[in-house]
Amino acid sequence: MLSVKGLKASVGDEPILKGLDLEVKPGEVHAIMGPNGSGKSTFAHVLSGREGYEVTGGSAELDGEDLFELEPEERARLGLFLAFQYPVELPGVNNMYFLKAALNAIRKSRGEEELDAVSFMRLMKEKLKILHLDDSLLKRPVNFGFSGGEKKRNEIFQMALLEPKLAILDETDSGLDIDALRIVADGVNALRSPERSMIVVTHYQRLLDYIQPDHVHVLAKGRIIRSGGKELALELEEKGYGWIVEGEAA
Amino acid sequence: MSAIPAEATTAEEKVETTGQYDELVNAGYEHGFITEIESETLPPGLDEGVIRTISARKGEPEWMTEWRLAAYRKWLEMPTPNWASVHYPPIDYQSISYFSAPKKKDGPKSLDEVDPALLETYEKLGIPIEEQKALAGVAVDAVFDSVSVATTFREKLHEAGVIFCSISEALQEYPELVQKYIGTVVPPTDNFYVGLNSAVFTDGTFVYVPKNTRCPMELSTYFRINEAKTGQFERTLIVADEGSYVSYLEGCTAPQRDENQLHAAVVELIALDDAEIKYSTVQNWYPGDENGKGGIYNFVTKRGDCRGARSKISWTQVETGSAITWKYPSCILRGDDSVGEFYSVAVTKGMQQADTGTKMIHLGKNTSSTIVSKGISAQHGQQAYRGLVRIAGKAEGARNHTQCDSLLIGDQSAAHTFPYIEVKNPSAKMEHEATTSKISEDQLFYCRARGLTEEDAVSMIVNGFCKEVFNELPMEFAVEAQKLLSISLEGAVG
Repeated sequence: MLSVKGLKASVGDEPILKGLDLEVKPGEVHAIMGPNGSGKSTFAHVLSGREGYEVTGGSAELDGEDLFELEPEERARLGLFLAFQYPVELPGVNNMYFLKAALNAIRKSRGEEELDAVSFMRLMKEKLKILHLDDSLLKRPVNFGFSGGEKKRNEIFQMALLEPKLAILDETDSGLDIDALRIVADGVNALRSPERSMIVVTHYQRLLDYIQPDHVHVLAKGRIIRSGGKELALELEEKGYGWIVEGEAA
Repeated sequence: MSAIPAEATTAEEKVETTGQYDELVNAGYEHGFITEIESETLPPGLDEGVIRTISARKGEPEWMTEWRLAAYRKWLEMPTPNWASVHYPPIDYQSISYFSAPKKKDGPKSLDEVDPALLETYEKLGIPIEEQKALAGVAVDAVFDSVSVATTFREKLHEAGVIFCSISEALQEYPELVQKYIGTVVPPTDNFYVGLNSAVFTDGTFVYVPKNTRCPMELSTYFRINEAKTGQFERTLIVADEGSYVSYLEGCTAPQRDENQLHAAVVELIALDDAEIKYSTVQNWYPGDENGKGGIYNFVTKRGDCRGARSKISWTQVETGSAITWKYPSCILRGDDSVGEFYSVAVTKGMQQADTGTKMIHLGKNTSSTIVSKGISAQHGQQAYRGLVRIAGKAEGARNHTQCDSLLIGDQSAAHTFPYIEVKNPSAKMEHEATTSKISEDQLFYCRARGLTEEDAVSMIVNGFCKEVFNELPMEFAVEAQKLLSISLEGAVG
């Protein structure tokens, strides 16, 4: 599925990722944890193709395709989905219209037929049901005037609709109260499947109470310094990042 | 199908075929073909003799000739207005040819008599008149190089008592109606361009809707400038008698030319008691090349007079073309309880300049006006909103709401807002809102991360921005306007 080897990336002159390796197999959920400034969000952005980052070394392949050869929209069409830490507001753009355009752009690139309004509505109702969401968000402009929780739910809903191969959740838990966190986590769990992989980027172990990862990685100073099972997350929660980061430095 | 679909029909077909997308982006101005048709054109230059010739050729009544000459004499004394935020080299009015008519001794009695080359032009524009008769329910008084050559739906309108014809024809057949109303909203001395237009206008449209009549269809005129160096001076006069309603659509394209083409039209609307006029424009004249060379100068005076009580005039415009736009569709709210509306989307990109807005002059009691202006600037586009809301001393209980939003794309475009508010009656309620926003990198990336191209993203955000205005357009026009906007902003990012 995803194969990242020796990835190096910088912002301006400052190197942020310094040789990151990660292998994600179909159906797996990986959690990437780490202290602030460790490069977690940079990793998510570099994979999805955001401008402002320079890849200076290494490679990233999704199903054998070199991600760095592709534009952000081409990566999305290939099945890469980024759930934003700060979902962006699009005033005046109807959420439903936006989702339909996005879905049809992706379908079209796969040689599938575009959905008409009726089939799209049907699909949307189906997905709302899976996630136990109501349709109130759909009639409003994309993320415009949404609360923090609503924005994150909207991200998860988009993920459900676009059915990506690989979803990257960038600090999806930040700024959520416990109820919102649960709704989001339930959504993510509902979308787990043997074909779909996920990378959950998070600072706190809290989210992992609800989303059980197969693998946990600790990212510090631009590299993965420790990998393990979900028990690693618990250990981190207990001891903080200090012991592991310092241990690495020593 | 309305007049505008010309543009958009073609565009839609192309957009839906992915492979042709690039072609579309690189297509430049689509309507840059020139019809080869024999024209009878006066040599360049302007004097009283030219005006007499124009008037004589059109067989106008004596009073009209004198009216033109009076306008001309005043015009000679007028200065060119220079207060607008637009820049262009001085225009040599003596180098312009003031009359150009397709050669035909007598007017065509049916479409069969129309020059086939003309009909072909309509085909290219996507307004096959014959089909339009059957299809759209839109009557087209097609203005081609200043002389009306074909009018449709006349009969059906005639049954309703609605007069819809070229202004030349109106001067022949309904001279007393024209004489009663022409120049009463926009007097020949109003401004420099109006003076010129009044002296030399060659054709245009006349509409009269009788009392208590709802015009049975949307009326539409197609303007097209086809003759190199022929200034186009259209004159439109629409009168809605008591209790009547009419919706008028105006749409324009022009062929690609290497000369600056001056367009100085005058539009006058008159709404009597309880009458309503809805005037919609989608303007897509040639904006010039990347350096701004060769585009149309659009210096238009549009004004509506809500002369009767409870009358209503509504202007809706989507302006995407022209090198320079200088245009302020306005309402004089004379009748008590009359209503004026102005909904505008203006796009400037490349080297385009637009100074546009409206004037709402509240004279009657309990008059109300709404202004919604959406300006979009991309690349080196320069845009100014200039709006005046004046509440006269006797306008008890007047209300105005103004909303003025600018959207910038890229970092070289500019938007300016010049609101003028004059209130002489303390009971007035005034609201003014203004915003300036930019399409951010974040927004574009967000859309792209969902599989949309940058161009889809821009078009989506822009259409969202303009929604309030598009909602005011008649349905088929709104759809076309959206597509037109998407096309005109293609390649505008980055």
